[in-house]
Amino acid sequence: MSPFLDALLLSAGYNAALVTVGAALLGIAAGATGTFLFLAKRALVSDAVAHATLPGVGLAFIAMVAMGGDGRSLPGLLAGSAASAWAGLLAIEWITRRTRLKEDAAIGAVLGVFFGLGVVLLTVVQTMGAGRQAGLEEFLLGATAGMLFADGVTIAAGGALALAAAWALRRPMTLVAFDRDYAAARGYDVRRVDLAMMALVMGVTVIGLKLVGLILIVALLIVPPVAARFWTERAGGVVWIAGAIGGASGYIGAAASAAAPDLPTGPIIVLVAAGIFALSLLFAPARGVAAAGARHRRFQRRVHRRQGLLALAHGDAIREPYTLRLLTREGLIRPDGVPTAAGRAQAAKVARDERRWAVARELFRDADLAGRHAGLTPIETIFTADEIAEIDRRLGGPAPAGGA
Amino acid sequence: MGAEFVQISLTPILIGIFAAVACALPGNFLILRRQALIGDAISHVVLPGIVVAFLVTGTVAALPMLIGAAGAALLAVVLIEAVRRLGRIEPGAAMGVVFTTLFAAGVLLLERTDTASVHLDVQHALMGNLESLVWLEATGWRSLMDPAALAALPEELGRIAVVCAAMIVLTAVFWRWLTITTFDEAFARALGIPAAAVGLGLVIAAAVAAVAAFEAVGSIIVIAMFICPPAAARLMTERLDRQVLWSVAFAALSAVLGYVLAGYGPLWLGARHAVSAAGMIATVSGVILALACLYGPHRARVGAGRDAG
Amino acid sequence: MQPTLTVAAEDGRPVAPAAPPAEAALVLRGLTVSYGESAAVFSVDATFPAGAMSAIVGPNGAGKSTLLKAALGVVPRVSGEVTVFGTPLASARDRIAYVPQRASVDWDFPTRVRDVVEMGLYREAGLFGRLSGARARRVAQCLDRVGMADFADRQIGQLSGGQQQRVFLARALAQEAELYLLDEPFAGVDAATERAIVEVLAALRSEGRSIVAVHHDLATVRDYFDHVLLLNVRRVAEGPVATAFTAETLEAAYGGRLSTSHVGEILPAGGRA
Repeated sequence: MSPFLDALLLSAGYNAALVTVGAALLGIAAGATGTFLFLAKRALVSDAVAHATLPGVGLAFIAMVAMGGDGRSLPGLLAGSAASAWAGLLAIEWITRRTRLKEDAAIGAVLGVFFGLGVVLLTVVQTMGAGRQAGLEEFLLGATAGMLFADGVTIAAGGALALAAAWALRRPMTLVAFDRDYAAARGYDVRRVDLAMMALVMGVTVIGLKLVGLILIVALLIVPPVAARFWTERAGGVVWIAGAIGGASGYIGAAASAAAPDLPTGPIIVLVAAGIFALSLLFAPARGVAAAGARHRRFQRRVHRRQGLLALAHGDAIREPYTLRLLTREGLIRPDGVPTAAGRAQAAKVARDERRWAVARELFRDADLAGRHAGLTPIETIFTADEIAEIDRRLGGPAPAGGA
Repeated sequence: MGAEFVQISLTPILIGIFAAVACALPGNFLILRRQALIGDAISHVVLPGIVVAFLVTGTVAALPMLIGAAGAALLAVVLIEAVRRLGRIEPGAAMGVVFTTLFAAGVLLLERTDTASVHLDVQHALMGNLESLVWLEATGWRSLMDPAALAALPEELGRIAVVCAAMIVLTAVFWRWLTITTFDEAFARALGIPAAAVGLGLVIAAAVAAVAAFEAVGSIIVIAMFICPPAAARLMTERLDRQVLWSVAFAALSAVLGYVLAGYGPLWLGARHAVSAAGMIATVSGVILALACLYGPHRARVGAGRDAG
Repeated sequence: MQPTLTVAAEDGRPVAPAAPPAEAALVLRGLTVSYGESAAVFSVDATFPAGAMSAIVGPNGAGKSTLLKAALGVVPRVSGEVTVFGTPLASARDRIAYVPQRASVDWDFPTRVRDVVEMGLYREAGLFGRLSGARARRVAQCLDRVGMADFADRQIGQLSGGQQQRVFLARALAQEAELYLLDEPFAGVDAATERAIVEVLAALRSEGRSIVAVHHDLATVRDYFDHVLLLNVRRVAEGPVATAFTAETLEAAYGGRLSTSHVGEILPAGGRA
């Protein structure tokens, strides 16, 4: 573990430290940016953007070689990938606006076609004399091994820039992602905010290409926001938590990759994020599966218990097997369905509370009482003792049912 | 167009056509259900599937690979549904989480194991290698009658032909169920039609098509085959049966034209080497879609359908 | 009939007959549906009589559509029983026709009016049964009955909202069911369509068929329906319109909202082309 620890503490060499910090910055920027996409329910647009970078990489290489360069200059390749990613975005928008096709079809079409075109161009590059050692395949899966100092600087600076841009645009992007009409009413130019958001997604994608690779960079935009969503109900909170998860994934993943240079960086970063996601899905207290499942079972138990007890109180037969099992288990009925003493007492209380609720709804004429407090809320938690006494006083006679 | 065509080009073209048609058929229903990106998710998880199959069996035989890939696709679908329902996450994001995670796991597994000795690399799985599926034993068109030569056909051809035929049969048999559950799922349920099973069956069929097609055209380009021909077909007609026929025609056209352009196009332009046929097939399907978007007779939304949904 | 006005829903149980009368078309007992942890429909008992037109009425978010879908088994229920003409739901599917909300489907779907109506026959025809001949004539008759005979070959995306609703009704007619469940059949339709639908439903009732409709327009409840269930998550009142649809029960269902935000619902529907 020692090399990994060194990398974590940024003491595994200057280059490795630079890349690790860059990955963390990129992760934060990606997590925050991805949140806006996720809240706007457009997470997979980023997948199309990422795949659409490939033809740009190929074209940039070919162009640079044609102009006498060596074709492998990272800024040049990134500029090319940005241009073709932008073309892909425009294609998605054009298809959804101009035709009857839905956005998912447009995303998939752009993703597949641009990637196909990119593969064609890669085969062209391979047949060029200079292309044999181009190493463009690294853009598919990302690699930190053999990364030049200049590459590290590019990634660190790009990550910082993307993060700053996400910070500057957080308000309009949250508003637009959450409620476009409201944002428009507030005077934001929704289309321009959309474009800015997409530009940011594209920026994160392009910066992450070398590090994570174009197939997996989309994970940094999607997984942290989805994981963060389990921890909070507030949009602002999701942005922060997603940024933290993305940053931690980038940092830990890049450090692990620096310690084991033969492992590809992208998959490690993604798997760290996926691990955080799995923990969030299962155990987050707000929306985690364990908590929600327990709440649902509790709700179902209360519904069946109340219905069973009411049936007992009214002398009706209980038919649903779950209700029978539940009441038997709680010792409220005997296996043959006859109520026990405890069952009779409970049934009487539930029936009395039902009558109280009926009177209460009559008294207060409140739609919320009719609806939300649907009979599972103990009446004592809503009304004071005095109010309950008043309700009980009115319960004396039969409820008046003034018809028309 | 003689012996050399039969040897070098016939089988790749046929495989391309079968793969494109097998994907386009379920693709029609996926795009109408707004599940086009299920194809995206499935195609990405093919890689981890074959890696695991290799690790378990230690061979690169076709059958374990196909089973592994199909298993991974099924696992992905189950996980996507689980994340969507249990986590209450919108489908697109749920897909994104699941397929990137599985893909990352697959790549890492692949890099951790010594697969250098066998032909199993990421690029091949992503990009396919249609050109290599040649029929060297053929000596000309007469070889189609020669049992010995036929026995030496690339086995990929037989597999994709069977899958393509299965897709055609399934589409025909379950036509009514597919239509009604796609158009109005609640009504279908009220009729007692097993809508959930139909939906799952469609996704499994798509997974099988993707798995069978990926060894020829690679896993990413499969996405274009799922979406482009049916999407272009949707812009040509207002009838589902005709849309499906159009999509089959577009898929076959993409395969033939793509292969020919990849093989001969560069030569016409004075270059010496062919380019990736699978990539070119996807590109051609994209061009067809673009043309349909520009000139398709039914490209625009009309009437009250605009505000529904 | 028993005096079934029961503002105090559960408490009224002893007044209601212990076993539903044989002529009940649809009986719900303790029906509860929840999305997440809050109840969308809570412990609803209801008895919709056969051969009558019944309305399910209540404020937005009261669970009207959810109740209908749960009764059909389209959405799962947490608890409760559904009985159709005295038999469990599963064995009564052939006797039920369903008209979902118009907005629940994508009308951009590549299909014709005739094909949509044919879907009503998919259960009886199975995967391969012929849809030509007698069944095609039935489709044509059903389209004619809702005044859409001239539109049979039209792409459904070209229809107005009212025409879409008529097509959905025609599809349900093709099912030749005994119980018709309709979800907001008058929402967003023009006045002519509303009249046409009411006529068709009244004709169904005169043939002895039963109708249960989720309805949003309080102004027309008395004109169109015989029986009403006032719903606000729980049952607020149920019975013949004359006795169960009163100022008191409405106030109990809608609370203070009736006078302000729901004014539009009491006024006659303006209609929309």
